[in-house]
Amino acid sequence: MQTPSKISAQGVNVHYGTTQALQDVSVEIAPATVTAFIGPSGCGKSTFLRCLNRMNDTIVGCRVEGRITLDGQDIYAPSVDPVQLRAQVGMVFQKPNPFPKSIYENVAYGPRIHGLARGRADLDEIVEKSLRRAALWGEVKDRLDAPGTGLSGGQQQRLCIARAIATAPEVLLMDEPCSALDPIATAQVEELIDELRATFAVVIVTHSMQQAARVSQKTAFFHLGSLVEFGETGQIFTTPRDPRTESYITGRIG
Amino acid sequence: MTLAAFLLLFLASLAGWVWNRRAAAALWRGGARLHSLPSYHGGTAALAVAVPGLALIFIWLSLQGAAIDWLVLASLPDAAMAGQDPGARALLQSEIASLARGQVFGTPEPWKLEAAARLTLLGQTSRALLLGAVALISVAAIFLARRRVAAAFRARQNVEHILLGLMIGCALVAIFTTIGIVASLAVESARFFSMVPMREFLFGTAWEPQIPIRADQVAGVGAFGWLPVILGTIVITVIAVGFAVPVGLFSAVYLNEFASPRLRAVAKPLLEMLAGIPTVVYGFFAVLTVAPALRSFAAGWGIDVAPNTALVAGGVMGIMLIPFIASFADDALSAVPRALRDGSLALGATRAETVTKVLIPAAIPGIAGGVLLAVSRAVGETMIVVMAAGLIARMTINPLDSVTTVTVQIVTLLIGDTSFDNPKTLAAFALGMMLFLVTLGINVLALRLVRKYREIYD
Repeated sequence: MQTPSKISAQGVNVHYGTTQALQDVSVEIAPATVTAFIGPSGCGKSTFLRCLNRMNDTIVGCRVEGRITLDGQDIYAPSVDPVQLRAQVGMVFQKPNPFPKSIYENVAYGPRIHGLARGRADLDEIVEKSLRRAALWGEVKDRLDAPGTGLSGGQQQRLCIARAIATAPEVLLMDEPCSALDPIATAQVEELIDELRATFAVVIVTHSMQQAARVSQKTAFFHLGSLVEFGETGQIFTTPRDPRTESYITGRIG
Repeated sequence: MTLAAFLLLFLASLAGWVWNRRAAAALWRGGARLHSLPSYHGGTAALAVAVPGLALIFIWLSLQGAAIDWLVLASLPDAAMAGQDPGARALLQSEIASLARGQVFGTPEPWKLEAAARLTLLGQTSRALLLGAVALISVAAIFLARRRVAAAFRARQNVEHILLGLMIGCALVAIFTTIGIVASLAVESARFFSMVPMREFLFGTAWEPQIPIRADQVAGVGAFGWLPVILGTIVITVIAVGFAVPVGLFSAVYLNEFASPRLRAVAKPLLEMLAGIPTVVYGFFAVLTVAPALRSFAAGWGIDVAPNTALVAGGVMGIMLIPFIASFADDALSAVPRALRDGSLALGATRAETVTKVLIPAAIPGIAGGVLLAVSRAVGETMIVVMAAGLIARMTINPLDSVTTVTVQIVTLLIGDTSFDNPKTLAAFALGMMLFLVTLGINVLALRLVRKYREIYD
């Protein structure tokens, strides 16, 4: 069955100044699916991820070519407001980066700036719902006024996920969300990703192939700035078509 | 001769360094496993010569004057000393000293010439003795240090300990200077308060300190209420900081977050150049440019403005403070981790929202540090207000009126006739003491506020 893509990227090239970081990348991100980007360091997977919510706009000297559409709408069209786009395409970073504010204020930040809540009760509800979805509510419900930076690393990362889903995005981008976490926290976040798949299209960049195999349905393998292979996760890990993919997943390169 | 003593010490120190270093290097070449590198052995010797030598010179020089004076006075004939008060005795001493320098007026008594000759001789003897003592101590130190050169000698730790002592000494200099300043302020203020009741000073609303110092002077009867003076300081400080904080903060935000690298490279040094302008230049900028401009502007609106106004003095002081606030705020904003910026932008915040809601709250401690420094500068700033603010103390908060400040009053009290047993002059110390206490209070309060409200990021 062929479902329409949530995000469709065709022929994407990215330059930082004079160096080319990505070369002719085309990927289809399906809704309600976890798509994993794997590949050795510096292969461009994070760069590509940051193209999907135009975070590369904030980097001086970065140029993006090609066509990326969200629900058929070109996100690099002049009529698109990148600020609005980022509310639709949420992002979670490698290192947990809660704001130096209370837990409540961290989650309420997005809804406040986008005017999503009609009153305090409404905002309270959004915060509680987001924290529940991020599997953090039980741990923090009694100390919502405590600073978000006082939580443990795994809790901080789930807080960042709650913060991202509070703006009601349609896609969630995750840039190595577990690389700074211990195995227990990693397991919690992975479980969470699996649940989030019901509502969002999730794109996750990871260095861990086991993680890609565990959480994703689709996998894209990047190497030296180009997309080598993209397909069902099971197929990529069991019968890769490209010899480079096979080398990487069996540990010979990268 | 004193210079020779310093030179001798330096050469001895150098010689000790070279000799010890060579000795240690010879041990090393001989196959010994040294605990410390030869240069540390050299350093031990150099410091062993320099530290006691410098201490000796310092103590000698600070005591020799008093000792020689005492010897000369003791040798004077009893008839010359009988029934003299301390003032006359000091006069006699300086007369002898100028005779010794060869400045002879009239025909002095023979015993005075004799005393002058003795003074010269004692001075020469003392300096020769000092040189000898330095030479002795240097040679002794060199040989003592040389005897300690051995493979197991911990010269490295030794040097470390001596340097540690020097660092502690430097820190103590700053601390004791502060204590000394506060003590001198406190002593003179106490004398002032023994003449003028503290209640009158603290709660009086009239400030007319120009009372006669000599009996034949025509002057006011005097009133020492500091309230109008401190009120003037507060008005000018509020205007200055009220002007500098928004302008400085916003220029820092613009340069840090929005400006292109090329613009930033030009604009930031230009802004910092403001800090290099001498305050006296700001002063005449205020008097000759800003004040007339304000007057004619206000005249167009039918408002009468005094020639010296708090607004002009405060406003120009505000311009002076912009670089302090801007550069502190810029550093604080740059120190906020990029991850926080990205996190906010990725949630769909605009740059301005990111600045106001995330970056500035996170940078508050640094920004507050700049504001604090600016407030202290504004309260203590003297030159601009001497030139641009008024001299007459008035109980007013009207920024278009002329006001005076604590620092201006201290200056006017200490120029012209001074007499340190008169409340007019001593009032300057009381004002200085209060200024110190106010600034200290602001600093303590602001530090507490910052500690309470800052948002900690890691």
